[in-house]
Amino acid sequence: MTDFRREALKHAMPWLVTAVLLVIWEIACIVFDVPEIILPKPTKIFTVFVARFDILMAYCWDTLWTTVIGFLLAIAGGLLLGLAIGASPFVYSGLYPLLIAFNAIPKVALVPILMIWVGVGSLPAVITAFVISFFPIVVNVATGLATIEPEMRDVLRSLGATRTEILTKVGIPRAMPYLFASLKVAITLAFIGSVISETVGGNNGIGFLMLSASARNDAPTTFAGLFAIAIMGVLMYAVCALVEKRMTRWAFRGELVS
Amino acid sequence: MAFVDLNKVSLTYRMGKETTLALADATFSIDKGEFIAVVGPSGCGKSTIMKLVTGLLPASSGEVRVSGAKVTGPIKGVGMAFQNPTLMPWRTTMDNILLPMEVVEPHKRRFRSNRAEYEERAMKLLKTVGLADFARRYPWQLSGGMQQRSNLCRALIHEPELLMLDEPFGALDAFTREELWGVMQALWLEKRFTGVLVTHDLREAVYLADTVYVMSKRPGRIVLTRQIDIPRPRSLATTFEPHFVDIVHELRDRISQEHA
Repeated sequence: MTDFRREALKHAMPWLVTAVLLVIWEIACIVFDVPEIILPKPTKIFTVFVARFDILMAYCWDTLWTTVIGFLLAIAGGLLLGLAIGASPFVYSGLYPLLIAFNAIPKVALVPILMIWVGVGSLPAVITAFVISFFPIVVNVATGLATIEPEMRDVLRSLGATRTEILTKVGIPRAMPYLFASLKVAITLAFIGSVISETVGGNNGIGFLMLSASARNDAPTTFAGLFAIAIMGVLMYAVCALVEKRMTRWAFRGELVS
Repeated sequence: MAFVDLNKVSLTYRMGKETTLALADATFSIDKGEFIAVVGPSGCGKSTIMKLVTGLLPASSGEVRVSGAKVTGPIKGVGMAFQNPTLMPWRTTMDNILLPMEVVEPHKRRFRSNRAEYEERAMKLLKTVGLADFARRYPWQLSGGMQQRSNLCRALIHEPELLMLDEPFGALDAFTREELWGVMQALWLEKRFTGVLVTHDLREAVYLADTVYVMSKRPGRIVLTRQIDIPRPRSLATTFEPHFVDIVHELRDRISQEHA
């Protein structure tokens, strides 16, 4: 196999694997005569997807913007808290156990509380996306700061650098690759957060659409929603990965040199 | 009066209930413009001396004075180079070298508006170490020896009065190391900073230093002070001359007593 063909195959692999899985699914549905209400055939889901494209898009848009706003808030909050935790041992020992405890709470349990506080709608979705995607960002940024080489710190201290200077000159640039790496994880979590909120107590978004469809025993539409979420997730992940490569070129040095 | 003065300086590390005496009653002084080297068995507290002189660690007892003033916290504007070059991978070589200019007064205030002037200065320094063509490269695009050269440039760009070198050539191959001794000597002959070199390599110590201090094993004490009366510039050929070799042997004998 030539290099070109190998490369082409490598890029085609995700599509091939997806296609094969869908074909197996389709065949299994036909062979075992699975009722559509339990598991619709992929072709059926696709037909519904196309037929209801406008509605799906409208609901997707709701999910997308609540997710993105929650995610952006998580970046801002996570960055600040991560810097504080990574820079100060006192903040670390004070807040870290609390953060772990908070992270251990299933976020689905928060939605009813949020609904009491802020009512039904987009706001609980934004908040859920925020709280669920916040943690990995904090942990990663704090790790980036905590792993500064002691020698680097000594060089700066003996030059007379202040704590703030050490933070801005070394700490923050060094934490950046950790931050961008965490974004890929955080964005998928943010989707989970807003969809959970829409499903438990929403009147909008793809989660709500799936819930109403399943209440009508409309399995194909429910599955179409599922696919829509997956596609949005992959797209946003790709955006984050691209931003990561752009912003922290130096951390991918191996690829640049070769 | 000496530039750096250590008077009965001791340092005790505390780890839980256990205490380790790392350095005991170190008394010596370094004149302005003198280049000294500290050698000794591993773990004898050589690096501790560096941290004490620069104020990165407070002495447990005794007194450290630098240009007359008692050292109580990190003293400012010291140049430092470690075995690990600790260059910042997100900065080009040029920007790495200019780092002290962003931190040390009075350059800090002038840096933004006079960047071109400072870049010229950094370029001159890069030329002396043979890195002029690599200013716009990133550290990870340089070899180990080149990284260490940049590291030296960064330690010297702000023309510090005091340069601290903690085994800066330790991780390099023998050829590169010996080449960098020459670079280091040339820089010292030009700028005449006060230098403190901590090293395992006795030939390196004798090649570069005016005075070599030999330390005992832990707790570290200074057991031998040897003036190096070999005229500069010294070359690699010098290192094979009998007098040079004699001094190295004398130091080595003293250190092997420590291991006995």
